[in-house]
Amino acid sequence: MDVDKVFKALADPTRRRLLDQLHRENGQTLTALCEHMDMTRQAVTQHLQLLEDANLVAVVWQGREKLHYLNPVPLHEIYARWIEKFERGRLGALHHLKKTLESDDDEKA
Amino acid sequence: MKKPDYVYVTYIATTPEKVWRALVDTDVTRQYWVDPSAGCARVNVSDWKPGSRWEHQRADGSATVDIAGKVVESTPARRLVMTWARPGEFDDGAKHSRVTFDIEPYVDGLVRLTVTHDELAGDPQMLEGISGGWPKVLSNLKTLLETGRALPHVVAAG
Repeated sequence: MDVDKVFKALADPTRRRLLDQLHRENGQTLTALCEHMDMTRQAVTQHLQLLEDANLVAVVWQGREKLHYLNPVPLHEIYARWIEKFERGRLGALHHLKKTLESDDDEKA
Repeated sequence: MKKPDYVYVTYIATTPEKVWRALVDTDVTRQYWVDPSAGCARVNVSDWKPGSRWEHQRADGSATVDIAGKVVESTPARRLVMTWARPGEFDDGAKHSRVTFDIEPYVDGLVRLTVTHDELAGDPQMLEGISGGWPKVLSNLKTLLETGRALPHVVAAG
């Protein structure tokens, strides 16, 4: 999937709010989601479509109900690609610091 | 019918057969299935026949069973359904939740893998563990199948 679509989908406060709502309660209908949004049903539908295109929202049909699920898999891909490697560097630095400080203690002892 | 608790979707540039193998073949599973809390790789062990038991084992030589369940449906390269329980609660059917893997060919040589976890009601602890686990497992699986590389932290742990 296109990582640009994920970043674009996240670059909007309304869409982030929709994701937060799904995190609070997964598998909501459009009607349920609209209750907390101060905008038209059509506007919410468009935002959800963008989230779906970015694979941040997965849809399940249950009878005639369309249920929306938060799909954090693309977020994890971004985490693995853009965040984890920097954290690893910091952990390495901390490890080095600890070793340095502990060897100082050894010298004093 | 109750609605699913979690639905996870990932699109992988691979074949349905390779996704299937990654789910049931322990040699592939150990390369990407890492539990964030345990640090070691995990494998799923079973003969994958409907009604058979399957076990989620640690691949650190201890073969400790962390999750066990029954195979409900097993259609190679299409669909795998299994129940999911703590080993100590295996005999209590009410304590089993259910995991479904749906493998579908998608456009542009992509495969759509959907993981649905349902019937988790009343087990907030398991819910918590699962919501952290699946995104990592699926994201790792995608990386492995698309690049052919095992993940660095898997190699370090195993």
